[in-house]
Amino acid sequence: MTSLAERPVNPKVGESVTHESAAPHVTGTALYTDDLAFRAAGVLHAWPVQAPHAHARVTALRPAPALQVPGVVRVLTADDVPGVNDAGTKHDEPLFPTEVMYYGHAVCWVLGETLEAARLGAEAVEVEYEPLPSILTLTEAIEANSFQGNQPTVSRGDAAAALAAAPRRLSGEFELGGQEHFYLETHASLAHVDESGQIFIQSSTQHPSETQEIVAHVLGLHSHDVTVQCLRMGGGFGGKEMQPHGLAAVAALGAVLTGRPVRMRLNRTQDMTMTGKRHPFHARWEVGFDDDGHLLALQATITADGGWSLDLSEPVLARALCHIDNAYFIPNVEVHGRIARTNKTSQTAFRGFGGPQGMLVIEDILGRCAPVLGIDPGELRRRNFYEPGQTTPYGQPVRHAERLRDVWDQVVARSDYEDRRKAVAEFNARHPHLKRGIAVTPVKFGISFNFTAFNQAGALVHVYKDGSVLINHGGTEMGQGLHTKMRQVAATALGVTLDHVRLAPTRTDKVPNTSATAASSGADLNGGAIKNACDQIRARLAEVAARKLNIHPDDVRFVDGRVTGIGFHDSDLSFEEVASAAYFQRIPLFAAGYYRTPGLHWDSARMQGEPFKYFSYGASVSEVEVDGFTGAYRFLRTDIVHDVGDSLSPLIDVGQIEGGFVQGAGWLTLEELRWDTSDGKGRGRLATQAASTYKLPSFSEMPEELNVHLYERATETGVVYGSKAVGEPPLMLAFSVREALRAAAAAFGPEGTVVELPSPATPEAVFWALDGARSAAAPAEQVDASGDGGRRVAASDDGSRETAASHDDGARRVAASHNGDQEVAASENGAPEVAASQNGARDVAASHDGAREVAAANGTIRRGAAHGGASSAGNGESRETPTASAGADTEETVGI
Amino acid sequence: MEPIQVTVNGRTLDGATAGPHTSLLDWLRGQGLTGAKEGCAEGECGACAVLVARPDGPDGTRWTAVNACLPPALAFDGQEIMTAEGLGTASGACAVEDLHPVQREMADRGGSQCGYCTPGFVCAMAAEYYRPGRTPAEASPADQTGTSAAGQAHAADHEVGPNGFDLHALSGNLCRCTGYRPIRDAAYALGTPEETDPLARRREDPAPAPRHTRVHDDAGEFVRPGSLEELFDELEQHPDAVLVAGATDTGVERNIRHTRPRLVLAIDRLSALRTLHAGEDGIEIGAALTLTEIESALDGRVPLLAALFPQFASRLIRNSATLGGNLGTGSPIGDAAPVLLALEASLVLASRGGERQVPLAEYFTGYRTSVREAGEIIRAVRIPLPLAESTAFYKIAKRRFDDISSVAVAVAARIDDGVVADVRIGLGGVAATPVRARATEDALRGRPWTYETAAAAAAVMGEEGTPLDDHRASARYRRAMLEQALVRFFAQTQPQPTLEMAR
Repeated sequence: MTSLAERPVNPKVGESVTHESAAPHVTGTALYTDDLAFRAAGVLHAWPVQAPHAHARVTALRPAPALQVPGVVRVLTADDVPGVNDAGTKHDEPLFPTEVMYYGHAVCWVLGETLEAARLGAEAVEVEYEPLPSILTLTEAIEANSFQGNQPTVSRGDAAAALAAAPRRLSGEFELGGQEHFYLETHASLAHVDESGQIFIQSSTQHPSETQEIVAHVLGLHSHDVTVQCLRMGGGFGGKEMQPHGLAAVAALGAVLTGRPVRMRLNRTQDMTMTGKRHPFHARWEVGFDDDGHLLALQATITADGGWSLDLSEPVLARALCHIDNAYFIPNVEVHGRIARTNKTSQTAFRGFGGPQGMLVIEDILGRCAPVLGIDPGELRRRNFYEPGQTTPYGQPVRHAERLRDVWDQVVARSDYEDRRKAVAEFNARHPHLKRGIAVTPVKFGISFNFTAFNQAGALVHVYKDGSVLINHGGTEMGQGLHTKMRQVAATALGVTLDHVRLAPTRTDKVPNTSATAASSGADLNGGAIKNACDQIRARLAEVAARKLNIHPDDVRFVDGRVTGIGFHDSDLSFEEVASAAYFQRIPLFAAGYYRTPGLHWDSARMQGEPFKYFSYGASVSEVEVDGFTGAYRFLRTDIVHDVGDSLSPLIDVGQIEGGFVQGAGWLTLEELRWDTSDGKGRGRLATQAASTYKLPSFSEMPEELNVHLYERATETGVVYGSKAVGEPPLMLAFSVREALRAAAAAFGPEGTVVELPSPATPEAVFWALDGARSAAAPAEQVDASGDGGRRVAASDDGSRETAASHDDGARRVAASHNGDQEVAASENGAPEVAASQNGARDVAASHDGAREVAAANGTIRRGAAHGGASSAGNGESRETPTASAGADTEETVGI
Repeated sequence: MEPIQVTVNGRTLDGATAGPHTSLLDWLRGQGLTGAKEGCAEGECGACAVLVARPDGPDGTRWTAVNACLPPALAFDGQEIMTAEGLGTASGACAVEDLHPVQREMADRGGSQCGYCTPGFVCAMAAEYYRPGRTPAEASPADQTGTSAAGQAHAADHEVGPNGFDLHALSGNLCRCTGYRPIRDAAYALGTPEETDPLARRREDPAPAPRHTRVHDDAGEFVRPGSLEELFDELEQHPDAVLVAGATDTGVERNIRHTRPRLVLAIDRLSALRTLHAGEDGIEIGAALTLTEIESALDGRVPLLAALFPQFASRLIRNSATLGGNLGTGSPIGDAAPVLLALEASLVLASRGGERQVPLAEYFTGYRTSVREAGEIIRAVRIPLPLAESTAFYKIAKRRFDDISSVAVAVAARIDDGVVADVRIGLGGVAATPVRARATEDALRGRPWTYETAAAAAAVMGEEGTPLDDHRASARYRRAMLEQALVRFFAQTQPQPTLEMAR
C-alpha cells in the first residue's frame, strides 16, 4: 500500500477539470432543495411568525384566527413538539420559544396550501409580548457583563513583564464588523414521511448528520428513523453548518403532523433576519516591540458578539484565539477571549470560523503601528515571520514555516511590488485627488477542526460488474468543488478514467455520523476515506488480475481504466473485465472507507496542544485607488501566491482562492450589518436585511487584474495525494486590500501619517480616514507653500503630530455645535424610508459626530480630523505608552 | 377574450395559472422551469434573469434580459421568453454536448461554483451576446493607468472585452462564489452568433405585439389597456389602481412589503407613452420607454443623462425601468430626478381632461407625494434645449454599480468667459424629495468660476437639505459629499489639477 500522499502514474488528481455539475449549472437543470418542491404533489408551505421585539416574553399566542384564513392547514407551536423543543446542540435554542431573544425570532410557524395562504395565516396569528430590556452592541454587552460560554485564555511566557520591559509599547482598541453569508440560495428543506413513518428530509445543509440528530430529538425519534439528503447547496460558507437544523425540524414536524410534504424555504428577508452571521469582534490590545520592530509581547482581550445563543461561538472564539498570531512569532502572549450574549441573531460559522477575526486584530495592530515605529508595514510584517522550529502560543510547532518567506518573496517578485511601490508614489505626487496604495500581507491558517472528534470521515464506494463506479461520502457540495475532487480521487485510486466515476448525493443512510463539511476539511477527510475504500477494492481486484496475468498482485498496475503489470505491455485487461471476473469469483466489489486525521491533540481548557494537521500559507499584494472627494475606491490589481499543497484540482482551487479573496474583500470593505440600536420601536431590527441595503461585491469590486499562482512543489505529506485544504485560508488574503486602502488614505497626508481604519472600510469610512490624513497635512502646508517642508517636519519630528492633534481639538469643538443641526434635521424629515434606516445608525457614529470646518476665507476645505475615521466604527484611540526603558521621547499619539 | 398564453423556450404555455400578483419567476418555476432562481426578490441579484423578445424598432426583436422576480407573469401574455433551460439545443443534464456558446464558456472556464446564480448569469450574458452592434471594434484600448486628473474616467467604467462585450451587461448579477474573474473571462471569450443560430435569426422578425389582457381572481385584477382612453376609463373607475411599467418598484413592493393592489394596470407597451421626439427647443421622452431604450435612442445627446445611465441600478433593471416609474414613485433617492432637475425638465401630465406641463422642480410635494392628481399619468418628460455645456453627475453609494445613492448630485452650468452665467443643481438623498440646491445656485451665479467661488459655494451646498443618518451613510458624510461635489466639479472643469486643490 502506498502512502496517502503519493500519486500513481497518470493520476486524475492534479488535472484541471470543470465542476462536475457545470453543465447542469449552466443549463439551469441542476436541482436545489427548493426546486424539488415543484416536483412533489400536495406540498404545504411554511411561514414564520416573527416577533417585532429584540427581547420579550410571549404572554399569549392564539393561532385560532390563522385557521380562519383560507388555505391555512395548521399552525405549529411548542405544544406540537413530541420530543425536545430545541434546535441546537447546546440546549439553549428553543425551537418554539416562550422568550423572544432577538428581533425577528420565529415564535411559531404556519402551514398553508400556498405560500400566500401561509403568509396571510402568519399575519393573523395573535401574539402578545411583554417587552424586556435588550442588549445589542458589544459595548452594551461588555458594560452589562453579558457573556455566555467559556472564557478561554491563550498564553505563553510573561506578557505583562515583557510589555513592561519593551522599548516600544503601544495600545489600542478595535471593533470589527460581522458578515452576512448571503449564499445565493437561502435556507431550504423539504420533508416527507413515508409509509413506514420514516422521515426523509432534503435539506440545504452542510451537516446532514447533525440535521438528522436534531430532527430526531425534536420528533422524539431515533437517528435511524430520519434520513437527510443534500443534493447540493447554492452556497454555504458556514451559514448552513448549524442553522439548517431547526428549520428542517419544523418542516419534519409539519410533515409528521399533516402527513403531507412540507416545504420550508426562507425568503431573503427571513434568512437575513433569522439566521446567524459572522461574529463581530471587539479587541483591546497592548503590544510591545523592540527597537527593530520585533514583536515582544501581546496582551489582549477579544470579545466575540455571539448573539442570542451559543451556537458555534465557543469554537469560533477558540479559532480566533489560535489565529491572533497569524504569521508572526510573538514570544510572550496573553490573550483572553469571551463571548458576548446580545439580542441579535445567533452568530455562527462563516468561512474562516473566527480565524479571520483573530488575524485581522494583529494585522490591524501592525498596520497602525508601522508608521509609529517608522518601519515600512511590509518590512515590519516580514521581520516578524515564524522561523522553522518555532511554535505557536498554543504550543504547536509551525510546520513548513519557511514557506511563509517563500510565498511572500514569490508574490513580491511576481507582482513587481518594489517597482510598483515607486510608481504608486509617483502617481500620488501627480494626483491631488486620487491616491493609490499598495500593500502585501501574509496568511497562515491552521487546518483541522479544533474539536478533534470531527476529524474523521466515511465513504462508500461501489464498483459494478460493468466497471462503473459509484461513490458516496459524507461531505456536502456547496459549490466548492468537493464532489469534483472526490471523483478525481476515486478515479486516481482505482486507476480509471473520470467518466467511470459517478457521485451519488450525500445521504445519512449511506454514510453515517458524518462531520460537517466545514473547516476546509472536506477534501482532506472525505478524500482520505474514499481513497481508503478504493484501495481496499483495488487490492482485491489486483488479486483477480494477478491470477489472470499470471503475476504477483503487487505488480499489478491500474492506469486509465486498463489493468496491467510492470513490464507487461502486450497483455492488459480492461477495468470492466477485471470487475466482472471479480464478481464471478465472488469477490466483494464495494467497500466502506474510513479516515481519521492522525496526530491531533487539543486541550480546550488549557488552550494548548496540536489541534492542526498542518498550516496553509499564502500572501497577496493589492493595489487600490482612492478618490479624495468621496472615499470611493477601486481595486486595481491583486497578486496571490497560495499554498494548496499539490493541487487535487487546479481549476477548482484557483476558483476557491479567487472567490475567497473577493468574499474577504467584501467583508473588509462594503459589507456592513447595521442594527437599529435606538431605543425606539424598531430596536434590534436588522436595518440591512436585503440585497438593496447589504451590498456584496459585484463585478465592480473584482480587482481589475487578478493573478493567482499556486505555490509549486508543495507536497503535503500525510494528506490525500499531497494536497492541502483550500476553502477558508484564501479569504484572509483580502487583508492586503484593507492595508492598501490604509496606505492610500495615508497618502493624502504627510509621510508617516497614522491611519486608523474601521472595519468594514466602507467608502464613507475611507473618506473620513483620508480626510483626517488631509487635515493633518494642512497646517504644515500652510506654513510651507512648497509642501516639502511640511512633510519633512512630520517625518522627522513628533512635534508636528502634536500640532496636528491640538489642531484637531479645535476642529472638534466646532463639530459639537453642529450636532444640533442634525437633530433638527432628523425630526423635520418625515421620510419613512430614511427614517427607518436612521434607526440603524451605529450608535458610536451618532454620538461622535465629527469635526467640520469650512474655511472659505483661505480657500481650503477641511473636514473632520484624524479621529474622524476611527469614530464611525467605534475605534478607540491607540497610543504609545511611555515606558521606563524607552524614556519620554517615545511618547507619541497614534491617530487621535 | 383570447386565452392567456406565454411562449417559453419555444413552447406555448397556458398563462391562466398566474394570478394578478404572480411574478413571472414564480409562474415559471410553477411550470417546472426551476432554472431561474429567487435570490433576493428585489431585482438586485439577477439569479432570476430570463430573456424576453422585445421590439427593436418596428421590424426587429431584441433579446432583452430582465429580472423575472419583479414583473407580473400576466404582463407576458402573448410574449416570448427564453430561460437557461431553453438556450441549448437540448435541455437536461445529459445535454453537455449541446450547450449554447454562452453556457459552454461559463462551464469550461469555471464560471459556476455553487451554480445557483448561473442560469441568471447565462441569460444576462446571452442578451449581450446577441446584442446587435456588439462588435470587437467597440473594444477600447483604454490604458488603466491613464486615469484623468479629476478622477472621472477609468478603464473599468466602460469595461468592454476584445469581443465588444460590455461588462455592464452583468452588473445586475451577483455571484458569491467565484469572485467574478472566470465569468468575465467567459464573457470576453464569446464569439459572434452563427447565422443558423435560431435566437440570432429571431432578431430579424418583429417582436410579439402586446395583448389586451384582462384577468381577475379573488386577489385582484390585472388589465393591460389597449389605449390611453381605456387607461383613463380604468383610472376613473379605480382611482387606487397601480400603474405598472417595468415593475422594478411595484415588484419589490409586492415581494417584500406584500402589497396586493386590487387593480394592476400594465402600461409599458402603450404607444402613446413610448415616443421620443427631439426638436429645436426640447427633447420629449415617453414615460414608458425603458432607460435602455432611452440611452440607445439619445446616444449621448444629453451628456448628463449619458452620465446617469451606467450608474442607474443595473442593466437588468434599466431594461425594464422607465422614467415615468422612477418619477412616479417619487422616491427621494431615485437617481433620475436630480439629473432631470439640473436639466430643468418638466413633466407632461395627461388625463382625460387633457395635458398640462409641470416643471419637475414643482412636481414633488413631500415624501412620495406629488402634484399629480387622481386619474392623471406621467406621459412624458421634456428637457429644454439648448443644454448647459458643463455638467456632472455624482452618485455617492457604497458599491460603484447596482446600488442606491446615499447622495446624488447633478450639476449643469454655463460658464461664459470664466463667469458662472447660469447653474442648476439637483440633489437626491438629502431631503424628503429630490430638491434643487437653490441657495448654492445663487452663491454661484454671476461669480467668477474660481476655486474660491467653488469653495464658498461648497460651504453653502453643505447646508442644503436635511440629510439623515441611515444605514447607507451618516448625515455628516452626506453633507461632506454635498460640499465635495462642488470642489470636484471645479476640479473637473479645470484643464490641469493643481496641488492647491488637494487641500
